[in-house]
Amino acid sequence: MSDAPKSPRLSRRALLVGGGLLVVSVGALAGPQLVSMLSAGQRPPLVPDELDSFIAIDRSGAVTAFAGVMDVGHGLTLALRQIVAEELDAPLARVAVVMGDTARTVNQGGASGSGGVQSCGMVLRSIAAEARRLLLERAAARFSVAVGDLTVADAIVSAGKRSVAYGDLVGEGYFNSKLEWNGEIGRRLQSKGQATPKSPSEYRIVGRSAPRDDLAPRVVGDFQYVTDVKVPGMLHGRMIRPPVAGAVPTSVDEASIAHLSSARIVRREGFLGVVAEREWDAIRASRELKVSWSNVESPFPPYDTLYDHIAAAPDVERTVEKSVGDVAAAFSRAARVVEARYEWPFQSHACMGPACAVVEIKNGRATVWTGTQKPHFAAEGVAAALEMPLDKVRAIWALGPGSYGRNDSGDAAIDAAFLAKAVGKPVRVQGMRHEGHGWDPKGPASVHTARAALDRNNRIIAYQILNKGFSRRDIEFNEAKLEHSLAGQLMGLPLLAAPAFSVQDEEYAFPNMELAWATIAPLLDRASPLRTAHLRDPCGPNNNFASESFFDEVALAAGADPIAFRLAHMTDERHMAVLRAAAERARWTPRRRPYRRASGGTLAGRGFAYSRGHGAIVAIIADVEVDARTGRVWPRRFTVAHECGQIINPSGLALCIEGNVVQAASRALFEEVTFDRNAVTSVDWATYPILEMPDAPEAIDIVTLDRPELPPGGAGEPATRPVAAALANAIFDATGVRLRRAPFSPARVLAALSGERRSTSPA
Amino acid sequence: MAAKVINVDGADHTLDAAPDMPLLYALRDDLGLNNPKFGCGVAQCGACMVLIGGVPTFSCVTPLADVSGPITTIAGIGEPGALHPIQQAYIDEATPQCGYCISGWMLRAVALLKEIPRPTDNDIREAFAGLKCRCGTHMAIMRAVKRAAGLAP
Ligand code: FES
Ligand code: FES
Repeated sequence: MSDAPKSPRLSRRALLVGGGLLVVSVGALAGPQLVSMLSAGQRPPLVPDELDSFIAIDRSGAVTAFAGVMDVGHGLTLALRQIVAEELDAPLARVAVVMGDTARTVNQGGASGSGGVQSCGMVLRSIAAEARRLLLERAAARFSVAVGDLTVADAIVSAGKRSVAYGDLVGEGYFNSKLEWNGEIGRRLQSKGQATPKSPSEYRIVGRSAPRDDLAPRVVGDFQYVTDVKVPGMLHGRMIRPPVAGAVPTSVDEASIAHLSSARIVRREGFLGVVAEREWDAIRASRELKVSWSNVESPFPPYDTLYDHIAAAPDVERTVEKSVGDVAAAFSRAARVVEARYEWPFQSHACMGPACAVVEIKNGRATVWTGTQKPHFAAEGVAAALEMPLDKVRAIWALGPGSYGRNDSGDAAIDAAFLAKAVGKPVRVQGMRHEGHGWDPKGPASVHTARAALDRNNRIIAYQILNKGFSRRDIEFNEAKLEHSLAGQLMGLPLLAAPAFSVQDEEYAFPNMELAWATIAPLLDRASPLRTAHLRDPCGPNNNFASESFFDEVALAAGADPIAFRLAHMTDERHMAVLRAAAERARWTPRRRPYRRASGGTLAGRGFAYSRGHGAIVAIIADVEVDARTGRVWPRRFTVAHECGQIINPSGLALCIEGNVVQAASRALFEEVTFDRNAVTSVDWATYPILEMPDAPEAIDIVTLDRPELPPGGAGEPATRPVAAALANAIFDATGVRLRRAPFSPARVLAALSGERRSTSPA
Repeated sequence: MAAKVINVDGADHTLDAAPDMPLLYALRDDLGLNNPKFGCGVAQCGACMVLIGGVPTFSCVTPLADVSGPITTIAGIGEPGALHPIQQAYIDEATPQCGYCISGWMLRAVALLKEIPRPTDNDIREAFAGLKCRCGTHMAIMRAVKRAAGLAP
């Protein structure tokens, strides 16, 4: 060590310049399973109708699949490897997946709508089968036998005693084979070959649990997240957001950070950031820079008027999504009408760390390292920010600090691009905690009005729900257009808001039914900390909380058990099987009124809810304990029945369901974005609490229903949807008190319980 | 700026940094480590956790000047070539989703298992209060800690 420079900072620099060891390489990001690529022959262009765009086999027989999707932690990589290995008859250990690098994968939409297996997996299944077909054709020609006389095992093709490995069939070349492509890119991209994939009865790899073998780098601290990307000469950036939403900087006092010698200010209209050589100096500069802001009117109404504001605000758009029979006529002949209103708050992605991105511009090309779920679209946004042609911009996805939709990653990518362009050096930007919570795009707040008409036999003859809220998409679900980034909005680009919400999709067979949504205008139309974008299962928890809570309220009015009452209004056997599976597993006992099982100050109860979405059917039973003295709700146990068609990896699926349920319980019990007249006030984990270990369930008991004959559905989001209603129904069962506003925080539960005590105590 | 020597996972490093700079930035920015992580910067999550003299410590709020004692990150809890039981259990239980949170959980687990080798569910729940896992891997964390303790998960 004696000749090493004293400062580790310098020594690292030297290392960077010398060997480039710390410089990010694609291989490091793709994990240990990245295989060396074919070295010779002409690789066909990266287009969706070329087989080589999706599957490569090298001389050693190592298989690489190229996927335009992301594994945000659920083990999608492994599921895709299983699918490809299965169709190719290759050993699972020899199959690797490269994801989300725009130079190496086509745009399959990124992580979107639980589509990793449903969309990308099915494309890869077809293409892997096609690759196998082509390999067998080559083997048949080599051995001068018919394809039907060949057998394949572990990537070796045999004809009697003669055999040849896939690696030798491919040699140094490529497949150079065309696929049938539907002309779409993104989630709807379909490319397929002529081969017919295997029938499920032939499966040896798909449908069986395979262990995650990619976790070792994470547990020893080697794994490279987007936050760990380092580029030579890189500066650290921090953004500065206005204290009053909508304000723009009118002047900045450069002298206020003159003591931070490397710090520089980047300002363009409302866009304000700082860069510095050291990360700590960038943070200090962002805190110490004196900024004067424009005076703007306080943009937000008092927080406690939020839901009345939503209910009263004029529609921007209203759409009846589902209409059956004659609802008005049925209500007019109802024996009884049940009505209720439910409220769901704004929620934050609140990722484990604020978003980060790195942009490097070099020799007329740019690279962005981003944790976005949509790197192909991020490349478009970065190209626009840099005013460069798209083919000069490469986006490389690296896992971010959590990813549950369009979080703050897209904004970080665009911010980094503007900063890097302004200072002429690579820039890494990461938010601070208050930005991760306060300025990420939000899931929309909403109000749901539900009405049901019962006939004399207590059957539902009409059913009507209006889901009214802020649009789920003030900005798009990707950052391809600068208008949909915070930076673009701060620079005054015209807004391209898209009014959108959604309706319930559960399989109830009511004779008369109307499901509609309406959206209202955003509280602040540009650069708002409350601007909405997709958060895990967009609108799903909002809508299902309302309708599945309401179903229990109607069952109560009808004097019926909630599960039996649901089954009585269903005809679809596939759905009914899931409801029954949950009921059986949890040993559900019919109940026609709240049980209010009390011991000491604790009330225990159980509740049911069901949902359909993202290609899956979920039924869930929550067992809760409510502490009547503190209002704390402990979601003690969940029983989940989950059917998502064909299961690829049962143990991976179970883990994915668990994560959904815990996060959804957190959203239902704790999570609420709050604001005052000027700004978001839930800006850290103290003001935006989430579920912690003391409140974690004792058990999550999962029954998965496998339908190998069906295509696989999604699993990344579906089990999120019914959790809130199951909890609300369980709290009602425990206490006799109906909570119609989420989250069911201790304060709110306590207030509801004391309201109940007041209203039931003798006058 | 002042020179400061810190020992991280067994190796000494001389830093030239402001004494009020939190240790987290020395580890990440000056030493170039991938772990620990920045999560909140205000002692609310655990992403930045390190052991200092064996004690789980939020490096995001620990000024360099206050660091006295050897620092261990999750890269340093195992022996060379042999993972710590909690690392192995994390793999066996496929615990991480994104895994950005794991420094806090694993290092608190290391300290917990040292103090209570066979913890109950309640011991685990209490020991982990204050830590965050946004992906909701709490059930798998519970199983991993029990597995590391040699208890049937
Ligand atoms: S980053 Fe230190 S506790 Fe969150
Ligand atoms: S695994 Fe993602 S935050 Fe814990």
